[in-house]
Amino acid sequence: MKQLIAFVEKEFYHIFRDNRTLLVILGMPVVQILLFGFAINMEVQDIRVALYTPTPDTFSQGIAEKIRQNSYFNFQGSMQTMQLVEESMRKGELDLAIVFPPHFHRDMTHSGEGKVQLITSSADPNRGSIAATYATAIISQYQMEQAGPTAIPFQITTENRMIYNPRMKSAYMFVPGIMGLVLMIISTIMTSVSIIREKERGTMEVLLASPLKQATMIVAKTIPYLIISLLNLISILLLSYFVLDVPIRGSLLLLTLLSLLYIFLSLSFGLTISTLVHKQINAVIVSAMTVMIPVLMLSGMIFPINNMPPALQYLSLVVPARWFIDAVRKVMIQGLGISMVWQEMLILTGMILLLLTVTILKTKKRLE
Amino acid sequence: MIEVTDLRKSYGRQGKTLAIDGISFTAGEGEIFGVIGPDGAGKSTLFRILASLILPDSGKALLNGHDVVNDYRKIRQIIGYMPERFSLYQDLSVEENLQFFATLFHTTIEENYHLISDIYRQIEPFKKRRAGALSGGMKQKLALSCALIHKPEILILDEPTTGVDPVSRKEFWDMLQRLKAQGIIILVSTAYMDEARQCSRIALMQGGSFIATDTPQGIIDSYREILWSVEGSRITALLYTLRQLPGVKSCFAFGERLHITVREELHLEELKQELVGQGFDDLRIAPIKPTIEDCFMAIDNQ
Repeated sequence: MKQLIAFVEKEFYHIFRDNRTLLVILGMPVVQILLFGFAINMEVQDIRVALYTPTPDTFSQGIAEKIRQNSYFNFQGSMQTMQLVEESMRKGELDLAIVFPPHFHRDMTHSGEGKVQLITSSADPNRGSIAATYATAIISQYQMEQAGPTAIPFQITTENRMIYNPRMKSAYMFVPGIMGLVLMIISTIMTSVSIIREKERGTMEVLLASPLKQATMIVAKTIPYLIISLLNLISILLLSYFVLDVPIRGSLLLLTLLSLLYIFLSLSFGLTISTLVHKQINAVIVSAMTVMIPVLMLSGMIFPINNMPPALQYLSLVVPARWFIDAVRKVMIQGLGISMVWQEMLILTGMILLLLTVTILKTKKRLE
Repeated sequence: MIEVTDLRKSYGRQGKTLAIDGISFTAGEGEIFGVIGPDGAGKSTLFRILASLILPDSGKALLNGHDVVNDYRKIRQIIGYMPERFSLYQDLSVEENLQFFATLFHTTIEENYHLISDIYRQIEPFKKRRAGALSGGMKQKLALSCALIHKPEILILDEPTTGVDPVSRKEFWDMLQRLKAQGIIILVSTAYMDEARQCSRIALMQGGSFIATDTPQGIIDSYREILWSVEGSRITALLYTLRQLPGVKSCFAFGERLHITVREELHLEELKQELVGQGFDDLRIAPIKPTIEDCFMAIDNQ
């Protein structure tokens, strides 16, 4: 026990005396939360839109008026020629152009059919398609108002209610993702690097030639990063609750339990890496390749898993962050209880057992 | 008591590189057993096997009756091991390092202070300083203190004086002599031949084998060559010229001088005239007594 305490104390000396690393591991969650919360905004606003109306009429003017009133749009006025529209698009001054054909009103009243073209700048495809959807909604709403209740005998109105995230805030999406990313990066990279540093600097040789048990060393190596991860968890939750207004609808205890499970998993993964590679730089590369990229790409943090090709969907099954982020969303945002997340918890536990088994099998009591 | 019997170890695929090629020796209480040899002779591999850090391919090694393979836990309690590189925590202070290793071996600094006081007193004024900021000599003293803090029965020191200034090297050996007097068995390796005289017995190691094992005096006494020292200007040209001469068996540079072994029929004046004839001046040639290094060269040449 004394050995363990002395070892943990030594680990904390290493951490506290390396100011830059300390700043990174404690500052990273704060920066990430603020970055994703404020700077990276997935909500589509300020859509710059222009109209092309070769023959202005009441209909096109009405639509222009609607758009001017809509807060999502930034109306740039009507343009006289298509060349002007195309040029503005090319310069990136326009996100959307609504193009009316010549004699639009006359054709529509005669044939009963009017065609409007929407040109969106899909340099950012997400923004482009959302802008088009908004514009379509405005046009059909205006048409409905013009026709009045008499035109068709019945009318279907849809009313959207977005539950769990009524204001469509990206923070709801990102906070669980950041938790999945930050906790894993810190636990995995720091644990593996701290063990491999001992191998690289030769201190492992002295430790091995001492009566210290391997198990004691492994436990001692993980405790400091467990504590730091818990501090990070607290700072992430406080920031997202008070600064980003992300609610914690479910049980805080369950959320903590879930996070603990995930931290244990990340620590185990760090240990596994440390038994497989021999250089710090390799540990960082392996950790980054196996942690950062899958968490960002395959966890559903940024890209929805359902939209991925089947092969990637299967691959995402082995990404721990996928299960964690899923479960955190359920608990935090949807307010669900343990009956809805036990599967994820079971999967995470299974992964921990697997990683620990590999670590134990691979841990050597000698140098080679 | 260290008892090593026919130890072998090879590295690489299908054991291509032979690191330890059948080594046997014993070393008893109150003995400093020195392993002398150039880099790559296999000293570190041998010491790591004895410290239970790597497994031998075959052969047996017992430290005070404990097998280095099967009783590795016991071995790790009774040895103090100092690897070739400085292997303490650079970002921990002198005192913190010592404290840590004391706890690791289930003891305290206070309990065994008497063991290390000689050595530790010299670095104690700097006990708050980080180990990384110490000089080479002080680092070695700290490392030795850490290896000694648990009162080991056997001390295994792998090139403890490499990269240390001559004054600190002398102090270091003085300490080893005092530890020897306390009954600790010391196994030490070095690439410095001049340190060999400090050992009770030495083994000259080359290519994974002990090419000679004896007391330092015994090694020197067994030297059978005629050894001269040659000094002069243009020392490099002189070296190559000497190596071409039929009467000269070997020629090696020893700092500013050349040591040559010659055939019996070659006379000193004869050699001098030959060299003067080849345009060398300022020549001083004299018979000398062999050092351990001369012995090493002679045995290695055979």
